[in-house]
Amino acid sequence: MSVDHIKCECGHVNPEGTVLCEACGKPVAKNQDIDGNNKKKLLNMRYEGSARRSQTYNRSIVDKTWNFFSSVRNGVILILIALVASGVGTIFPQAMYIPEEAPNRDPAFYYEDAFGILGKIYYQLGFHELYSSWWYMILIALIGVSLVICSLDRFVPLHRALKMQKPKRHYTFLSRQRLFGETENVSDEDRQQVIKKLKKSRYKITEDNGYVLAEKNRFSRWGPYVNHIGLIIILLAAILRMTPLLFMDEYVWVREGEEKVIPGTDNEYFIENKKFTVDFHDENDERFKEAIENQGDVESNFQTDVVISKVKEGSVVGQSDSMETVTEDSIWMNHPLKFDGITLYQSGYQENEFSDMTFKIYETDDEDQESLGEVTIDLDTPEDTYKTDSGFEVEVTKYYPEYELKNGEPRSISQYPRDPAFVFEVLGPDQEEAEMSFVGIGKNIDATGDNKYKLGIQDFNVRYVSGITVRKDYTLPFFIIGAAIFLFGVIQGMYWQHRRVWIHPEGDNLVLAAHTNKNWFGLKKDIDKAIEGTSIKMPIDQEEAEEKKAMEEDEEA
Amino acid sequence: MSNLVSISSTALYTAFVLYLIATLFFGATIRDKRTADMSKKSISGVIGITLTIIGFLAQVVYFISRWIAGGHAPVSNMFEFVTFLGMTLVFAFILIYFIYRLSVLGLFALPIALLIIAYGSMFPKEISPLVPSLQSNWLFIHVITVSIAQGILAISFVAGLIYLILKVDQKKITLKNILLEIVIFLLVTGLGFSVITTIFASMDYEAIFQTPEGLEMDYHMPAISGPKGAELVDSDKMEPLFSAPTWFQGEAAPRKLNTLIWSFIAGTVLYGFIRLLTRKRVGARVQPWLRKISPQLVDEVMYRSVAIGFPVFTLGGLIFAAIWAQIAWDRFWGWDPKEVWALITWFFYAAFLHLRLSRGWHGEKSAWLAVIGFAIIMFNIIVVNLVLAGLHSYA
Ligand code: HEM
Repeated sequence: MSVDHIKCECGHVNPEGTVLCEACGKPVAKNQDIDGNNKKKLLNMRYEGSARRSQTYNRSIVDKTWNFFSSVRNGVILILIALVASGVGTIFPQAMYIPEEAPNRDPAFYYEDAFGILGKIYYQLGFHELYSSWWYMILIALIGVSLVICSLDRFVPLHRALKMQKPKRHYTFLSRQRLFGETENVSDEDRQQVIKKLKKSRYKITEDNGYVLAEKNRFSRWGPYVNHIGLIIILLAAILRMTPLLFMDEYVWVREGEEKVIPGTDNEYFIENKKFTVDFHDENDERFKEAIENQGDVESNFQTDVVISKVKEGSVVGQSDSMETVTEDSIWMNHPLKFDGITLYQSGYQENEFSDMTFKIYETDDEDQESLGEVTIDLDTPEDTYKTDSGFEVEVTKYYPEYELKNGEPRSISQYPRDPAFVFEVLGPDQEEAEMSFVGIGKNIDATGDNKYKLGIQDFNVRYVSGITVRKDYTLPFFIIGAAIFLFGVIQGMYWQHRRVWIHPEGDNLVLAAHTNKNWFGLKKDIDKAIEGTSIKMPIDQEEAEEKKAMEEDEEA
Repeated sequence: MSNLVSISSTALYTAFVLYLIATLFFGATIRDKRTADMSKKSISGVIGITLTIIGFLAQVVYFISRWIAGGHAPVSNMFEFVTFLGMTLVFAFILIYFIYRLSVLGLFALPIALLIIAYGSMFPKEISPLVPSLQSNWLFIHVITVSIAQGILAISFVAGLIYLILKVDQKKITLKNILLEIVIFLLVTGLGFSVITTIFASMDYEAIFQTPEGLEMDYHMPAISGPKGAELVDSDKMEPLFSAPTWFQGEAAPRKLNTLIWSFIAGTVLYGFIRLLTRKRVGARVQPWLRKISPQLVDEVMYRSVAIGFPVFTLGGLIFAAIWAQIAWDRFWGWDPKEVWALITWFFYAAFLHLRLSRGWHGEKSAWLAVIGFAIIMFNIIVVNLVLAGLHSYA
């Protein structure tokens, strides 16, 4: 036995730092300041007065760090800081939620444009990407560390104290419980009846020489520890998710009729958009008529019919039989497509691309613009020259899929036909030299000013581009397990309570004291039921009594 | 079909009236000397809870008939969502009532439920069709669970409010009783919103503004704060007194600011009126009525409702939300403002539970925390939905 150990008068040997003897509950005189028992009538029962490392050692730097993290107060402060920080991140939209229609979506401009000086400060402080900032992650990590250390600090001693407890408790321990009462001259019958009734309320009875302990739902004391394990698993899963091995997030735009490599699959999988559909709620549907009148058309569905194929194992890409179909299916919102560990989600769509355009040729002087011939250009594969039956020859000398004029120079912003413009050379059947003209949407420019023929847009077709998210996420099971454990733990700790009733002989009296970690009302009801019809008095709620007294004194003053 | 819609609105109206009458009966219980002793039932308490249950059933009829009429759970716009919160608050009250038999809880819980239902009824009531992302059974599983959790957590606010009225010293003006009075004033302002909206709606007030961007914005209350640089279309309507600041973001933000200002005006008038009747701080007037009530019991109800509500909130607000988000938006967590505020709510109540572990935080301190918790819930429902745009924005 080390000198540091504390031997109680009941014979039990307690570890250093013990506040209440593990076996009989007698306060250890020199340690009463640890749980604040020296200042109160009632004992602090939170950890059964067990010896926690954090309350016992405070010398080395390790002790000090340990003590910092095992303080619930510090933990709560960390949680509150995280709470305020999270709120700050919602003042303005995060960078990823900058609206589509913003004039400039570059964060460096967006925040100032939209919110003035406050927006600028917000951006400069990095709050536009707050949740992935290093300090936010550190904050969450500190909460994780804190709850691990805090749990370790308390779990072992608490477990020990609950295992060591004896039915026979020291009188001081009992009289300093919140519920405590003494009744004189109780018959043995009455005593037996209380015990029987408690047993019926599913209390476990242990008896030692007439000293009785009735105990119930001790397992609920472990609820917080279980839920903290769940939280730790969730935090670990979040770290795992940062590794590309277990998590992939890509996005692909696929046009109707187009086939594309699925990004992130090493050119192994391909997606073909066979058909894209958008549906709207029927404005004549009686149920929604009023709402649609007020707020305009509402989409009911958008979906892509896809074919997924993959390169056959061992084949050479480019060979005609090198591909095999994996699946053919439709994807819509709330209905993703899963195959080989990959999940595809319908995320969005664009309808701003042209698939083909038809131009008519007419005489510049003709007010009626009577068509002399038509050419249709497929914007995916524009040809160099088109001929009409009427003998016109149209050469496409320049094609700008998404036209803009920058510093006086025409150019294309992208390769997608969102705002196509062309430079044509038109040669009429009656002409020797071709005439140059520039045609786009809302633009029709004749370079020389004396062209005989003009081209005008006659017709066009638009196509949808479907936006598909590609996900591979092997971390999901960890999150699911973590969340399930957390929920299990909180329910375990919240919906049951650890209740104990001590029934002791004390001279001619019978002492009845009781403790619960929460829900005193429920405990009182249990006791009330058990003592009904006996001479045993309801124990006094000493906390309530004290407060009542204080209130009455207050009122008299 | 339209028959069902009218059944549904009649049922909601019935529920509203029944809750109102039940409140009066719960009010009568405080005069009853026996209330403090739970073992004896007072007759007015029994009538009160019976009416509450019938009212609740009427609201269930509202909910189901509207569900059938619209073909989806009626929790998809502000009107439906907020009135449903009123319903879950009543449900939570009934639940807690049968554990603790504390009649005074009804005297405070029902008016707050009424306030919430009245608030929700100010939003457009038509059944809206669902956009693709909302077309999932997870919509109702998630929203219903969250609302039940919020209803239970709101009971902790109700108990906290009772506790504060009971315990905060009213002998002379102190910071605490001023704060308590502000809480009461804000509740009255909630009522002010419904009153002023109803008044202007019955007058069919409309003023149309043309913004510099060429958009139209119509106001249903006289403009105190107008859209910046906008022209009033009919000149016989009131000109705005000032323009809303541009950083006040979101759709139709100037109009929302205007509504807020009007609610405060109406709230101040109503509160002034109440003060004329009470001739004291409202808290000080109500305090003596509650003298028979055990503060320990109220404190316990406050804590217990957090203990019951917290796991439900975790399940609905975080776990179900994440499952749905994973299916609909391809990520279970996306730092959308609504999600962040669910996280804040969760953190807050976790902090509450941790603080309760130490003795100094029982009673009055945790009652203030319960008030803050409710403020966070209401912020999530009002400000986040209407102002901080996001995937869930109902505006
Ligand atoms: C900052 C780090 C944290 C520390 C130091 C900490 C510490 C503790 C401690 C010591 C307990 C009491 C254990 C007992 O009574 O036996 C507890 C309970 C609990 N903790 Fe934590 N915790 C932390 C973070 C969290 C977080 C982030 C959550 C969830 C949001 C959480 C949820 C809970 C719950 C629900 C309980 C049960 C409370 C009760 O029984 O009333 N904890 N925690």
